[in-house]
Amino acid sequence: MSTPTRILPAGDRALLVELDSEPLVVSLTERLRRTPVPGMEDVLPAARTVLVTTTPRTDLDEVRRALRTLTVDLEAHDRIGAPEFEPVTIPVRYDGADLADVAGLLRMSREDVIAAHTSATWRCVFIGFAPGFGYLSCGDDRLTVPRRAQSRTVVPAGSVALAGGYGAVYPRSSPGGWQIIGTTDSPMWNLDAQPPALLQPGRRVRFVDEDTL
Amino acid sequence: MSELEVLETGPLSLIQDLGRPGYLSSGVGVSGAADRGSARLANRLVGNDENGACIEVLMGGLALRARAVTTVAVTGAPATALLDGIPMGHTSVIVMEPGQTLRLQYAQVGLRSYVAVRGGLAVPDVLGSRSTDTLSGIGPEALKPNDVLPVGTWTRNFPNVDVAPLPAMDPGPLSVRVIGGPRDDWFTNPDALTTGVWAVSPDTDRIGARLNRHADAPALHRRSETELPTEGVALGSIQVPPSGQPVVFLADHPISGGYPVIGVVADEDIDRIAQARPGQLIRFITA
Repeated sequence: MSTPTRILPAGDRALLVELDSEPLVVSLTERLRRTPVPGMEDVLPAARTVLVTTTPRTDLDEVRRALRTLTVDLEAHDRIGAPEFEPVTIPVRYDGADLADVAGLLRMSREDVIAAHTSATWRCVFIGFAPGFGYLSCGDDRLTVPRRAQSRTVVPAGSVALAGGYGAVYPRSSPGGWQIIGTTDSPMWNLDAQPPALLQPGRRVRFVDEDTL
Repeated sequence: MSELEVLETGPLSLIQDLGRPGYLSSGVGVSGAADRGSARLANRLVGNDENGACIEVLMGGLALRARAVTTVAVTGAPATALLDGIPMGHTSVIVMEPGQTLRLQYAQVGLRSYVAVRGGLAVPDVLGSRSTDTLSGIGPEALKPNDVLPVGTWTRNFPNVDVAPLPAMDPGPLSVRVIGGPRDDWFTNPDALTTGVWAVSPDTDRIGARLNRHADAPALHRRSETELPTEGVALGSIQVPPSGQPVVFLADHPISGGYPVIGVVADEDIDRIAQARPGQLIRFITA
C-alpha cells in the first residue's frame, strides 16, 4: 500500500516533502542535489521526508510545482536516479561496552551479532543529532535494540552503535544513549574534507570485523 | 593587518556572519547572526559586504580597544556605546583612534547588539563561514578577555551615512506572523497558537526562544502521542513537545526533530523574536 506524496508548508522559505518510502527519500535527495530546483538553497532528507529550503523571496508555489513534477517522475520511473557508489567500508573492533547486553537483548551470541552487523548492507538514511552522525538502516530487524536506559555523558568518537532499529558511528565525542558494540578508527567527520561528513544520505555502508582482516 | 583587543565580553559575545548554508545533509545547520537584519545593517554602515563577520553581543558589556584607526558600528539592541567614556549614537559610524576603547553598556531593551568593524573580522572560516554554531560547536570560540581579533580588508565602499535612522526597539508585546504547518494537523486546537499571548521564558538562547502561556489562554493539545519520525525543521519552526510549551527555533536550531511543528514564523519576523527578552510577550498572527 502506498500513500501519495504530500508537499507540506514549512514557512515562507521551505517546503517539507513527505514520501512513501525510504528509497524515494534517497532518490529525491539525490536528484535535487544534482539538479537543484530554481530558488533551492539546501536539502535535508530524514526518515520519510525531504526538507527543501529556499533563498529569500523565492516563489514557493513554483518550487512546489517543480517538486511535484519531480516526485511524480520518480514514482513513475520506479525510483531510478540514485547512483550507486561503492559502499563505504568501515573496519570495526567489536569491543563495545554494550556488546554483551545487545547480544542478550537480541537472544543471540556475540558472534551472531557481529556476523549480522558485518553481513548487512547499511544505508545512510539521514544525518541528525550531530554533524556527520548518520542514521544507518539495513532492513535486518534482528538488530533492533532500544536505547540504553541511562545515556552516557561521554561516548568517544568512533563508537559503533545500535539503537531504535538504526546503526551509527559517533563522529566525535559527545553524550549519547545508543548501545555501543565496537570502535572504528575511520574518521566520520573531517572539516578539511569536502563534504566534511564521511557518510551522506543515500550512501551504502559495510562494516568489516578488524579481527578477520 | 589591524587588530582589536577584547577587554571584556559581557555575558556572551560571539563572532557571527550570515551563516553556512549548504551543509544540512552533513548535519550542519546554517547558524549565523540571530538577528540577521541588524548584522547586515552594521556591516553596511562600515562599508562591508553584508556577510562580513561581526560580533554578536548578548545584553551588552563588551569592551574593545583599537590598535589602529578602526571604523565600527553598533546595531541591534541599543546598548549605549561609549568611546573612551563618551556616548556615541546607536546605529552610527564610530571611528576609534589607536588606543581608544569602545564599551557597550547593558541594553535595556532587546537581547543582541552587533558590532561590525570596517574590513570584517578576519578569523579563520569553517565550511565557508565565520559564525559560531553553539549547538554543534563549529566555528570560532566565544570571545574572552585578552583575545586579539584580526581585522580584514574586505570592504565594498566607504561608509556613506553617519547614522541609520531606525524606529526604537519595542519592549511591548510583539506581533509575529506565522504560517501554519507542516504538522498543525497533529493538534486538536491549532488555533490556540494564535489565540491570546505567549511569554518568552528565561531559558531562551540561540537555539530557540522557549515560550510559556501567558494569562489564561488555551493550551495546545496533541491529537495523539504517536511518535513522529525525525524530520527536517526550518528556521523559525514552532516545535511543540508534549509539555505543550512551544520552542521557536532560532539560528543554532537542531536541523531535525521528532516533535511536531505547528507553524513557522515568517522569515522577516524571525529577527524580532531573536531580540525578544525573557518575559516579553508574543502574539502570533496568521500570515
